[in-house]
Amino acid sequence: MQGDNISYVRTKMLPEATPPVSQQGIVKWVRENLFSSWLNAILTVASIAAVYYVLSGFLPWAISPTWSGTSLANCRDILSEAGRVDDHGTHGACWGVIRDRWEQLMFGFYPNDSYWRPTTALVLFLISILPVLFTSLPRKLLIGTAVAPLILFWLIWGGSLWTPITVGVGFVLGAAAFKIGSDRSGLIVAVLASLLVTILFWLFLSGPIATVLGKVIPIYLEPVRSKDIGGFMLAVIIGLAGIVLSLPLGILLALGRSSDMWIVNKLSTGFIEVIRGVPLIVWLFTASLLLNYFLPPGTTFDLMLRVIIMVTLFSAAYIAEVVRGGLAALAKGQYEAADSLGLDYWKSMRLVVLPQALKISIPGIVNTFIGLFKDTTLVMFIGLFDPLGLISAIRATTDWNGVYWELYVFIAIVFFIFCYSMGRYSLYLERKLRREHR
Amino acid sequence: MAYSDSERDGFRLSQLIYDSRYRAITIQAVTLALVVAGIFWLIMNARNNLAALGLTPSLDFLSNPAGYDIAFYLIPYDSQMSHGRAAFVGILNTLLVASLGCVTATIVGVLVGVLRLSNNWVVSRLMAVYVEGFRNVPLVLWILLFFAVLSESTPAPRAFKPDENGVSQASMYLSDSFAFTNRGVYTPAPVWSDGSGWLVAVFILSIIGAIYYRRYARKLLFDTGRLLPMAWPALLILVVPALLAYFVLGRPVTLDYPTLGGFNFKGGLNIPNSLLALWLALTVYTGAFIAEIVRAGVLSVSNGQTEAAFALGLRPNRTMSLVVLPQAMRVIIPPLISQFLNLTKNSSLAIAVSYPDVRATLGGITLNQTGRALECMLLLGLFYLILSLAISLVMNIVNNRMKLRER
Amino acid sequence: MKKTVFFGALTVAGLAAGVASASTLDDVKARGKLNCGVTTGLAGFAAPDANGNWDGFDVAVCRAVAAAIFGDGNAVEFTPTTGETRFTALASGEIDMLARNTTWTFSRDTDLKFDFVGVNYYDGQGFIVPKALGVSSAKELDGATVCIQTGTTTELNLADFFRSNNISYEPVPIQTNAEGQQQYLAGACDAYTTDASGLAATRATFEAPADHVLLPEIISKEPLGPLVRHGDNDWGDLVMWTMNALIAAEEYGVTSANVKELAAAPTNNPEVNRLLGTEGELGAMIGLSKDWAVNAIAVSGNYGEIFEKNIGESTPIGLARGLNAQWTNGGLLYSPPFR
Repeated sequence: MQGDNISYVRTKMLPEATPPVSQQGIVKWVRENLFSSWLNAILTVASIAAVYYVLSGFLPWAISPTWSGTSLANCRDILSEAGRVDDHGTHGACWGVIRDRWEQLMFGFYPNDSYWRPTTALVLFLISILPVLFTSLPRKLLIGTAVAPLILFWLIWGGSLWTPITVGVGFVLGAAAFKIGSDRSGLIVAVLASLLVTILFWLFLSGPIATVLGKVIPIYLEPVRSKDIGGFMLAVIIGLAGIVLSLPLGILLALGRSSDMWIVNKLSTGFIEVIRGVPLIVWLFTASLLLNYFLPPGTTFDLMLRVIIMVTLFSAAYIAEVVRGGLAALAKGQYEAADSLGLDYWKSMRLVVLPQALKISIPGIVNTFIGLFKDTTLVMFIGLFDPLGLISAIRATTDWNGVYWELYVFIAIVFFIFCYSMGRYSLYLERKLRREHR
Repeated sequence: MAYSDSERDGFRLSQLIYDSRYRAITIQAVTLALVVAGIFWLIMNARNNLAALGLTPSLDFLSNPAGYDIAFYLIPYDSQMSHGRAAFVGILNTLLVASLGCVTATIVGVLVGVLRLSNNWVVSRLMAVYVEGFRNVPLVLWILLFFAVLSESTPAPRAFKPDENGVSQASMYLSDSFAFTNRGVYTPAPVWSDGSGWLVAVFILSIIGAIYYRRYARKLLFDTGRLLPMAWPALLILVVPALLAYFVLGRPVTLDYPTLGGFNFKGGLNIPNSLLALWLALTVYTGAFIAEIVRAGVLSVSNGQTEAAFALGLRPNRTMSLVVLPQAMRVIIPPLISQFLNLTKNSSLAIAVSYPDVRATLGGITLNQTGRALECMLLLGLFYLILSLAISLVMNIVNNRMKLRER
Repeated sequence: MKKTVFFGALTVAGLAAGVASASTLDDVKARGKLNCGVTTGLAGFAAPDANGNWDGFDVAVCRAVAAAIFGDGNAVEFTPTTGETRFTALASGEIDMLARNTTWTFSRDTDLKFDFVGVNYYDGQGFIVPKALGVSSAKELDGATVCIQTGTTTELNLADFFRSNNISYEPVPIQTNAEGQQQYLAGACDAYTTDASGLAATRATFEAPADHVLLPEIISKEPLGPLVRHGDNDWGDLVMWTMNALIAAEEYGVTSANVKELAAAPTNNPEVNRLLGTEGELGAMIGLSKDWAVNAIAVSGNYGEIFEKNIGESTPIGLARGLNAQWTNGGLLYSPPFR
C-alpha cells in the first residue's frame, strides 16, 4: 500500500465495545441454551408448560393446612373452614394421617418404647460396612463387620444376647476346624469337618450354653416378633438381609458359572437363569404358598423368614451376574500371574482374583440393592405390612378410611430419598474406580 | 509334585481327593449327588405333605369351567369356558402388555437419553428429573398412580351424553372416532369382511416390494454411485397397490366406530385403563433406565468419531445416525436385553391394577377358586421362565449380529 | 425357647423340625398362644390401630377362642392374610383358625379340606351406585361397568347373576378396597359390588354418602364364618362351641358386664348355669376348664355386644342386625342347646 491511503490505517486501538445485548449475560445464555433453534425453542416451551401443568395440579392440593387433622372427617372440616370447597367437596390433602401414623409407616408395629433399637441397628450397620466401602480404613476393622450381623439381629429381634453369641461361637469353631483340617489333610476334609463341628455345636451345645449363660449373666432385650416388624424398617431389613446373605452364595454361583467343570458350570447357570427368569412376585407367592409343602411336615417358620430366604436366593442370582461381570472385567494376566505363582484355585481366587473383582462389583451390588429395596414393596401382596401394605391397614381404621393420595405421596418421597442417595453413592464409587484404574 | 508320570501304574482312591486331575471329577460328582439328593428330598417332602392333607396334584382342574369373567381378552372368552382357556387369555394379555411396553419404552428411552445430552438447559434438566424421579420410586407406586390419574383426569362416559340443553360436557376426538373416558380409551375397530384376506396379501406383497426397491437403490448407489430417490417411491409402492385393491375389492375393511349407548360406549375397540396404566407405567419406568443406558452408550463413543464425521462434512443428524449410534449400539444392546427381560417380568405387577394378565387369571382367581396352589404356581413359573429364555435367545442373536467384527 | 425360634429355624431348618402333634389344641396350649388368621385390614372386621393392636368383629372371635383356652383374650397372635394366601396358611398349619370373612362354600368345605365351624355373619353380595345414575334395580345395569374386589367369591356370583338375567356387563377387577373406592368415586365404574357389609362401610366414608344408594338386590348368599383344618374334630368343636357360647350368651342375656356375677353362683336358668360352668362339666368335654365360656364372653362380650361395638348402628359402619339377629327376633342366629 502507498502512503496516500495511510489515513485508512488505524494507529490507535479503539476502546473495547461491550458485546451486543443478545450476546451477553442472561440473554446470551437463554439464547444459546434455550432458543438456539426452532426445535429447541419448541422443546423449551413444551417443557416449561409440562412443569407448570404438573405443579399447578399438585401444589394447590399439597399445600394444605391439615397437619393437625385427627381423622379424615376432621380434615374435611378444617378444609371447609379454610374455605377450600368446590363442587366436588373439599379440596386439599389430609396430612394429618402422616402425622398420626408416620411412626407406623417407619417401624410397623414395633413397640413404641423400643424405636431406638432399629435406629441403633441401622447406624451400627452403616458403621460396620465402612471398612468394606472405604478401603483406606485398616483391614482389622473387618472383624467388626463380621460380628455386626449377630449384634444387629439381637438388637432387632431381642431376646438374650447369649443366643447370637453362641451362634457366632459356632462359626468361630467351624473356622477353627477348617484351619486345623486344611493344615492336617485336604480341603474337602476341612470343609466337611468345619460343617460337622458347626452344626453339631448348634444342635446340641449352643442352646444349653446360651440358657445357662443367660441365667448367670442375664443381658436381655424384650423380644419382638417378626409380625410386629413393618413399614420401611421391614423393607430395609429384607433388602439388606437379602443382599448380605446372598453375597457368599452369589460369589459361589459366579465362580461356578465361570468354572471349567461342566456339571458345576451347568448347575450354576441353570440356577441363575431359573431364578432370574421368573418374576420376584411369583417367588414371593411361592414362599408364602408353597415353601411349607417342600419342607418336612410340621415345619413352620414365620413368613418374614421365608421371604428373606426367597429374596436371598433371588438376589444371589443377580449378585452372581454382577460378580461374574467383575470376574470378566479383570485382566487375564491376573489369573495367569496367580497360576504362575503356584497358587491353587481357592488361594488364587481368595488372594488375587476376588479382592479385585469384588471391588469392581461394588457399584453393581449397590444397584442390585436399590432394585431389591424397591422390590420389597411386593411383599404387600402376600400379607406383610411393608409401607404399601400398611396403607390398607391404616385405611381399615374408621378414622382414616377414605384417605388415598397422601400415603402414596409420602411413601414415594421416602423411597425416592433412600434410593436417590444410594444411587448417588454408587455413581461416586464408579467414578472413583474409573480414576483408580487409569 | 515333581513328576507324577511314574505313578501311572496304579490308581489309588486317595487320588480322587489329592490329585488335581481327578479332583475335578470328584467335586462334580459330589455336587451333582448333593443337588439330586436335595431335589429328591424336596419332592418327597411335598409328596408326604400333600398326602397328609389329602390333596393329589393334578392338572384336571384346567378343563373345568372357570366361572369368572375376564375384563379384557384377545381371544373369545366367557365365564363358561375352562380354567385353561382363562390361563391362555392371561398369557396373551401378558404378552400384549410386555411387547407394547418394550416398544414404547425403547422409544421413550432413546428420546430421553438423547435429549438429556441436549444443550438446552431446561430440557436436559427436565429429562434428568424424569430419569431420577422414575428410577428411584418403586414401580408399583407408579402403576397405582397412573391408574388413579387416568381415572381422575378423564370424563366418565356419562359426560359425553348431551344434557337437556343439548350440550355435553365432554366430546370425542377426530370426528367422533376416539373417546377418552375414565374407563379406558375407545377407538374405531376394523371390521374384516369378505375379500379382506386379499387386501392383506396385497399389502404384504407391497411391503416386500418396497424392501426390494430400497435394496436395489442401495446396491445401485454402491455400485455405480447413482443416487435413486429412496423415500417417495418406497412409499408409493407401499400405498398405491393397497389403495387400489381396497377399492377394487369393494371396500372389504370398514371401521366400527364407538357410539354412546346405555352406560358405556358400545362397539369399537376398548382399551381399558388397567392396560393403559400398566403400559404407561412400564414404559416410563423402564424408559428411565433405558435412557441412562442410551446416554452411557452415546457417551462411550469417543469425541474423535464425531469430529471425524464433521470433518467429512456429515450433518449432525447424519453423524448421529450413521456414525455415533451404530457404535453406541454395541454398548447399548446387552443392558437393553436385560431391561426388556425386567419389563416382561415386571408386567406381573399387573396385580396392582388387576389387569388380567396370566398372574391374575392362572395365579390369581383360578388359584383362589380351585385352591390348587402348587399346580398354578408351577405352571406360572414355567411360563415366565420359557418367556424369559425366549427373549434372551432372540436378543442374543441380535446382539451377535450387532457385534463389532474384529479384524 | 421362643426367643431362639428364629435362629433355630435359620440355622437348622429342616434338620430339627418339630413334628406337629395330632391335636391342634395341644399345640396351641404348648405354644401358649393362638395363631389366628385375619384380613390385612377391613374396616369393622379386622384392623390394627396405631399401636398394632388388632380390633374388629372377626378379631373378637379369635380373642374369644383364645380366652376360652387360656383365660386371656390377648393370648393370640394375628396373622394378616390375603385372599390368595389365607387357605395355604391354614392348610400348612401356620395358623390354627381363620377368621377372615370367608364364605362357606361346598368346595371349600370338601375339596380344600377345611371345616367351617359356623356362621358369624350372614352376608350377601350387593351393589352400590351413584344416585345420579337413576338406577333402582341391579337388573337395570345392562351394559354397565362394575368394579369388583378380586380374590373372593364375588367374581363368580357376579358372572352368575348377569348370565342368569341375560344381561351384559364389563368387569373391572380391583385388588384392594382402597382402589375400589377410588375408582368408584372417580366414576370409572357405574357400580361397585362386594359384600353388603363392606358396601355399607365404604359408603360411610364418602364425603356425601347420601348421593349413593345400595340396590335392593342381594345376589348371593355369603355365610361368613371361621374355619379350621379338616380332620381335627376336637379343635373344630372347640371353636364352634366358643362361637355358639357367644350367641347363646346374647340369647340368655349374659353380657360382659354381668357374666362374672352370673358365674359366681348358680342362677335359676339351668341353661345359663351349664354354659357358665356352675352346673355340669361341659368344659371338660372339650378339653377346657370349667369357666371357659365365662372367659370367652368376658373378653369382649356376647355376640350382640361384639356386633354393636364393631359394626353396629352406632359405629360409622352402621350395619343393622337384619339376618344376624337372634332367632327370637326373626334372625338366623340359633345356637344349639348347651346340655
